[in-house]
Amino acid sequence: MADVKLAFIVQRPPYKSENPKLAITHAIAYQVVEILLEEGETVTPTLCFVGDGVLACIKDQKAMDNYGITSTETHLKNALLVDLNVLVCKEDLERFGISEERIIDAEEMGAEVKIQAVPFAEIQKTMESANHVLFF
Amino acid sequence: MGTLTIGCFSSFIGSMNLDFAFKLASAAADKGHKVNIWFSGNATTVTKKGQKHLKDYSHGETPLRELIEKGVEVCTCEACNLARGIQKPDAVEGVQWNAMQWYLAKIYGSDRVLHIGGE
Repeated sequence: MADVKLAFIVQRPPYKSENPKLAITHAIAYQVVEILLEEGETVTPTLCFVGDGVLACIKDQKAMDNYGITSTETHLKNALLVDLNVLVCKEDLERFGISEERIIDAEEMGAEVKIQAVPFAEIQKTMESANHVLFF
Repeated sequence: MGTLTIGCFSSFIGSMNLDFAFKLASAAADKGHKVNIWFSGNATTVTKKGQKHLKDYSHGETPLRELIEKGVEVCTCEACNLARGIQKPDAVEGVQWNAMQWYLAKIYGSDRVLHIGGE
Protein backbone atom coordinates (compact mmCIF):
# COMPACT_ATOMS: atom_id res chain seq x y z
CA MET A 1 0.00 0.00 0.00
CA ALA A 2 1.54 3.25 -1.08
CA ASP A 3 0.85 6.56 -2.65
CA VAL A 4 3.01 7.84 -5.49
CA LYS A 5 3.12 11.63 -5.81
CA LEU A 6 3.49 13.12 -9.28
CA ALA A 7 4.20 16.76 -10.15
CA PHE A 8 2.92 17.78 -13.58
CA ILE A 9 4.75 20.97 -14.52
CA VAL A 10 3.21 22.87 -17.42
CA GLN A 11 5.52 25.45 -18.90
CA ARG A 12 4.23 25.78 -22.48
CA PRO A 13 1.42 28.10 -23.58
CA PRO A 14 -1.95 26.61 -24.53
CA TYR A 15 -3.00 26.18 -28.18
CA LYS A 16 0.51 26.86 -29.50
CA SER A 17 1.36 23.45 -28.10
CA GLU A 18 -0.67 20.41 -27.08
CA ASN A 19 1.29 20.11 -23.85
CA PRO A 20 -1.06 21.86 -21.39
CA LYS A 21 -4.02 19.79 -22.54
CA LEU A 22 -2.05 16.56 -22.35
CA ALA A 23 -0.77 17.44 -18.89
CA ILE A 24 -4.29 18.07 -17.63
CA THR A 25 -5.81 14.95 -19.18
CA HIS A 26 -2.97 12.76 -17.92
CA ALA A 27 -3.32 14.22 -14.42
CA ILE A 28 -7.10 13.65 -14.45
CA ALA A 29 -6.46 9.99 -15.29
CA TYR A 30 -5.49 9.51 -11.63
CA GLN A 31 -9.22 9.05 -11.10
CA VAL A 32 -9.27 5.77 -13.02
CA VAL A 33 -5.72 4.46 -12.58
CA GLU A 34 -6.82 2.36 -9.62
CA ILE A 35 -8.36 -0.18 -12.00
CA LEU A 36 -4.79 -1.03 -13.04
CA LEU A 37 -3.29 -1.00 -9.52
CA GLU A 38 -3.55 -3.21 -6.48
CA GLU A 39 -5.80 -2.47 -3.50
CA GLY A 40 -4.48 0.51 -1.54
CA GLU A 41 -2.14 1.73 -4.26
CA THR A 42 -2.80 5.30 -5.32
CA VAL A 43 -1.38 8.04 -7.49
CA THR A 44 -1.69 11.67 -6.38
CA PRO A 45 -0.93 14.28 -9.02
CA THR A 46 -0.40 18.00 -8.52
CA LEU A 47 -0.78 20.13 -11.60
CA CYS A 48 1.48 23.20 -11.63
CA PHE A 49 1.49 26.01 -14.18
CA VAL A 50 4.67 28.06 -14.55
CA GLY A 51 6.18 30.40 -17.14
CA ASP A 52 4.09 30.68 -20.31
CA GLY A 53 2.02 27.80 -18.97
CA VAL A 54 0.11 30.20 -16.67
CA LEU A 55 -1.72 31.48 -19.77
CA ALA A 56 -3.68 28.21 -19.72
CA CYS A 57 -5.38 29.34 -16.51
CA ILE A 58 -7.13 32.43 -17.91
CA LYS A 59 -10.93 32.20 -17.94
CA ASP A 60 -13.33 32.83 -20.87
CA GLN A 61 -11.33 30.95 -23.49
CA LYS A 62 -13.05 30.72 -26.90
CA ALA A 63 -11.40 27.60 -28.27
CA MET A 64 -14.68 25.99 -29.29
CA ASP A 65 -15.83 29.15 -31.10
CA ASN A 66 -12.55 29.75 -32.87
CA TYR A 67 -11.07 26.32 -33.42
CA GLY A 68 -13.90 23.87 -32.76
CA ILE A 69 -12.00 22.16 -29.98
CA THR A 70 -12.52 21.74 -26.26
CA SER A 71 -10.79 24.59 -24.45
CA THR A 72 -8.02 24.16 -21.95
CA GLU A 73 -10.41 25.98 -19.63
CA THR A 74 -12.90 23.11 -19.89
CA HIS A 75 -10.15 20.58 -19.19
CA LEU A 76 -9.07 22.58 -16.16
CA LYS A 77 -12.64 22.79 -14.88
CA ASN A 78 -12.87 19.02 -15.19
CA ALA A 79 -9.64 18.77 -13.20
CA LEU A 80 -11.13 20.91 -10.43
CA LEU A 81 -14.30 18.83 -10.45
CA VAL A 82 -12.26 15.73 -9.62
CA ASP A 83 -10.50 17.60 -6.78
CA LEU A 84 -7.13 17.80 -8.46
CA ASN A 85 -4.63 20.01 -6.70
CA VAL A 86 -3.86 22.81 -9.19
CA LEU A 87 -1.21 25.46 -8.54
CA VAL A 88 -0.29 28.46 -10.65
CA CYS A 89 2.87 30.49 -10.16
CA LYS A 90 2.09 33.87 -8.61
CA GLU A 91 5.26 35.54 -9.91
CA ASP A 92 4.57 34.44 -13.48
CA LEU A 93 0.98 35.69 -13.26
CA GLU A 94 2.34 39.05 -12.15
CA ARG A 95 4.86 39.03 -14.99
CA PHE A 96 2.00 38.71 -17.48
CA GLY A 97 -0.17 41.22 -15.59
CA ILE A 98 -2.83 38.60 -14.95
CA SER A 99 -4.88 39.28 -11.83
CA GLU A 100 -6.15 36.37 -9.76
CA GLU A 101 -9.75 37.35 -10.63
CA ARG A 102 -9.03 36.24 -14.19
CA ILE A 103 -8.13 32.71 -13.13
CA ILE A 104 -10.49 29.87 -14.04
CA ASP A 105 -12.71 28.38 -11.39
CA ALA A 106 -15.44 25.75 -11.57
CA GLU A 107 -17.60 26.90 -8.70
CA GLU A 108 -20.70 27.14 -10.91
CA MET A 109 -20.23 23.45 -11.74
CA GLY A 110 -19.99 22.51 -8.07
CA ALA A 111 -16.24 22.14 -7.73
CA GLU A 112 -15.00 22.29 -4.17
CA VAL A 113 -11.40 23.16 -5.00
CA LYS A 114 -9.90 26.16 -6.73
CA ILE A 115 -6.72 26.87 -8.63
CA GLN A 116 -4.29 28.27 -6.06
CA ALA A 117 -1.93 31.10 -7.01
CA VAL A 118 1.22 30.36 -5.01
CA PRO A 119 4.81 31.61 -4.94
CA PHE A 120 7.22 29.61 -7.07
CA ALA A 121 8.87 28.42 -3.86
CA GLU A 122 5.76 26.37 -3.13
CA ILE A 123 5.84 24.80 -6.60
CA GLN A 124 9.49 24.01 -5.98
CA LYS A 125 8.51 22.24 -2.75
CA THR A 126 5.88 20.27 -4.65
CA MET A 127 8.52 19.12 -7.13
CA GLU A 128 10.93 18.20 -4.34
CA SER A 129 8.33 16.13 -2.52
CA ALA A 130 7.10 14.34 -5.65
CA ASN A 131 8.26 10.84 -6.53
CA HIS A 132 8.38 11.83 -10.19
CA VAL A 133 8.31 15.20 -11.96
CA LEU A 134 6.81 15.38 -15.45
CA PHE A 135 7.55 18.48 -17.55
CA PHE A 136 5.06 19.44 -20.22
CA MET B 1 17.15 -4.94 -11.81
CA GLY B 2 14.99 -1.85 -12.02
CA THR B 3 11.97 -0.64 -13.90
CA LEU B 4 12.22 2.33 -16.26
CA THR B 5 9.21 4.02 -17.81
CA ILE B 6 9.72 6.44 -20.68
CA GLY B 7 6.90 8.81 -21.63
CA CYS B 8 7.29 10.13 -25.17
CA PHE B 9 5.31 13.21 -26.19
CA SER B 10 7.46 14.88 -28.82
CA SER B 11 7.24 14.46 -32.57
CA PHE B 12 8.80 11.47 -34.21
CA ILE B 13 9.97 13.13 -37.42
CA GLY B 14 11.23 16.61 -36.55
CA SER B 15 13.13 15.89 -33.38
CA MET B 16 15.66 13.26 -32.34
CA ASN B 17 13.97 12.70 -29.00
CA LEU B 18 12.40 9.39 -29.90
CA ASP B 19 15.62 8.14 -31.52
CA PHE B 20 17.29 8.79 -28.15
CA ALA B 21 14.44 7.16 -26.22
CA PHE B 22 14.66 4.01 -28.33
CA LYS B 23 18.42 3.73 -27.85
CA LEU B 24 18.10 4.24 -24.11
CA ALA B 25 15.26 1.71 -23.88
CA SER B 26 17.27 -0.82 -25.85
CA ALA B 27 20.37 -0.37 -23.67
CA ALA B 28 18.33 -0.67 -20.48
CA ALA B 29 16.55 -3.80 -21.74
CA ASP B 30 19.91 -5.34 -22.72
CA LYS B 31 21.10 -4.83 -19.15
CA GLY B 32 18.07 -6.72 -17.90
CA HIS B 33 15.91 -3.83 -16.74
CA LYS B 34 12.17 -3.81 -17.27
CA VAL B 35 11.28 -1.00 -19.68
CA ASN B 36 7.90 0.55 -20.50
CA ILE B 37 7.30 3.14 -23.21
CA TRP B 38 4.24 5.35 -23.47
CA PHE B 39 3.43 7.40 -26.60
CA SER B 40 1.12 10.38 -26.45
CA GLY B 41 0.47 13.48 -28.59
CA ASN B 42 2.60 13.77 -31.70
CA ALA B 43 4.80 10.87 -30.60
CA THR B 44 2.01 8.44 -31.46
CA THR B 45 2.77 8.76 -35.18
CA VAL B 46 5.80 6.54 -34.61
CA THR B 47 3.46 3.58 -34.19
CA LYS B 48 2.37 3.71 -37.86
CA LYS B 49 3.68 0.76 -39.80
CA GLY B 50 5.01 0.88 -43.33
CA GLN B 51 7.54 3.63 -42.64
CA LYS B 52 10.07 4.05 -45.43
CA HIS B 53 13.60 4.27 -44.08
CA LEU B 54 14.91 7.33 -45.88
CA LYS B 55 18.40 8.17 -44.70
CA ASP B 56 17.58 11.85 -44.14
CA TYR B 57 14.83 11.02 -41.65
CA SER B 58 14.49 9.21 -38.37
CA HIS B 59 13.14 5.68 -38.69
CA GLY B 60 11.05 4.31 -35.86
CA GLU B 61 9.40 1.15 -37.06
CA THR B 62 12.40 -1.17 -37.00
CA PRO B 63 13.69 -0.09 -33.57
CA LEU B 64 10.15 -0.28 -32.22
CA ARG B 65 9.73 -3.85 -33.45
CA GLU B 66 13.13 -4.76 -31.97
CA LEU B 67 12.17 -3.29 -28.60
CA ILE B 68 8.91 -5.23 -28.53
CA GLU B 69 10.87 -8.37 -29.46
CA LYS B 70 13.14 -7.72 -26.45
CA GLY B 71 10.15 -7.60 -24.14
CA VAL B 72 9.82 -3.84 -23.80
CA GLU B 73 6.20 -2.99 -23.14
CA VAL B 74 5.01 -0.33 -25.58
CA CYS B 75 1.66 1.44 -25.38
CA THR B 76 0.15 4.28 -27.36
CA CYS B 77 -2.68 6.69 -26.60
CA GLU B 78 -5.64 5.45 -28.57
CA ALA B 79 -7.33 8.85 -28.86
CA CYS B 80 -4.09 10.52 -29.99
CA ASN B 81 -3.64 7.88 -32.69
CA LEU B 82 -7.21 8.06 -33.95
CA ALA B 83 -7.06 11.88 -34.05
CA ARG B 84 -4.05 11.51 -36.35
CA GLY B 85 -5.81 9.07 -38.64
CA ILE B 86 -3.96 6.00 -37.44
CA GLN B 87 -6.30 3.06 -36.91
CA LYS B 88 -5.27 -0.05 -34.99
CA PRO B 89 -4.71 -2.17 -38.15
CA ASP B 90 -2.31 0.58 -39.37
CA ALA B 91 -0.11 0.27 -36.29
CA VAL B 92 2.95 -1.84 -35.59
CA GLU B 93 1.87 -5.19 -34.16
CA GLY B 94 2.59 -5.66 -30.48
CA VAL B 95 1.99 -2.02 -29.57
CA GLN B 96 -0.74 -1.84 -26.94
CA TRP B 97 -3.56 0.71 -27.31
CA ASN B 98 -4.82 2.26 -24.12
CA ALA B 99 -5.37 5.59 -22.33
CA MET B 100 -3.50 7.83 -19.91
CA GLN B 101 -4.10 5.62 -16.90
CA TRP B 102 -1.76 3.03 -18.44
CA TYR B 103 1.09 5.54 -18.18
CA LEU B 104 0.23 6.50 -14.60
CA ALA B 105 0.01 2.84 -13.58
CA LYS B 106 3.42 2.11 -15.12
CA ILE B 107 4.87 5.17 -13.39
CA TYR B 108 3.51 3.83 -10.12
CA GLY B 109 5.64 0.71 -10.43
CA SER B 110 8.78 2.38 -11.78
CA ASP B 111 12.10 3.09 -10.16
CA ARG B 112 12.83 5.80 -12.71
CA VAL B 113 10.64 7.80 -15.08
CA LEU B 114 11.96 9.68 -18.07
CA HIS B 115 9.27 11.99 -19.35
CA ILE B 116 10.09 13.52 -22.73
CA GLY B 117 7.63 16.38 -23.19
CA GLY B 118 6.38 17.65 -26.51
CA GLU B 119 7.64 20.66 -28.40
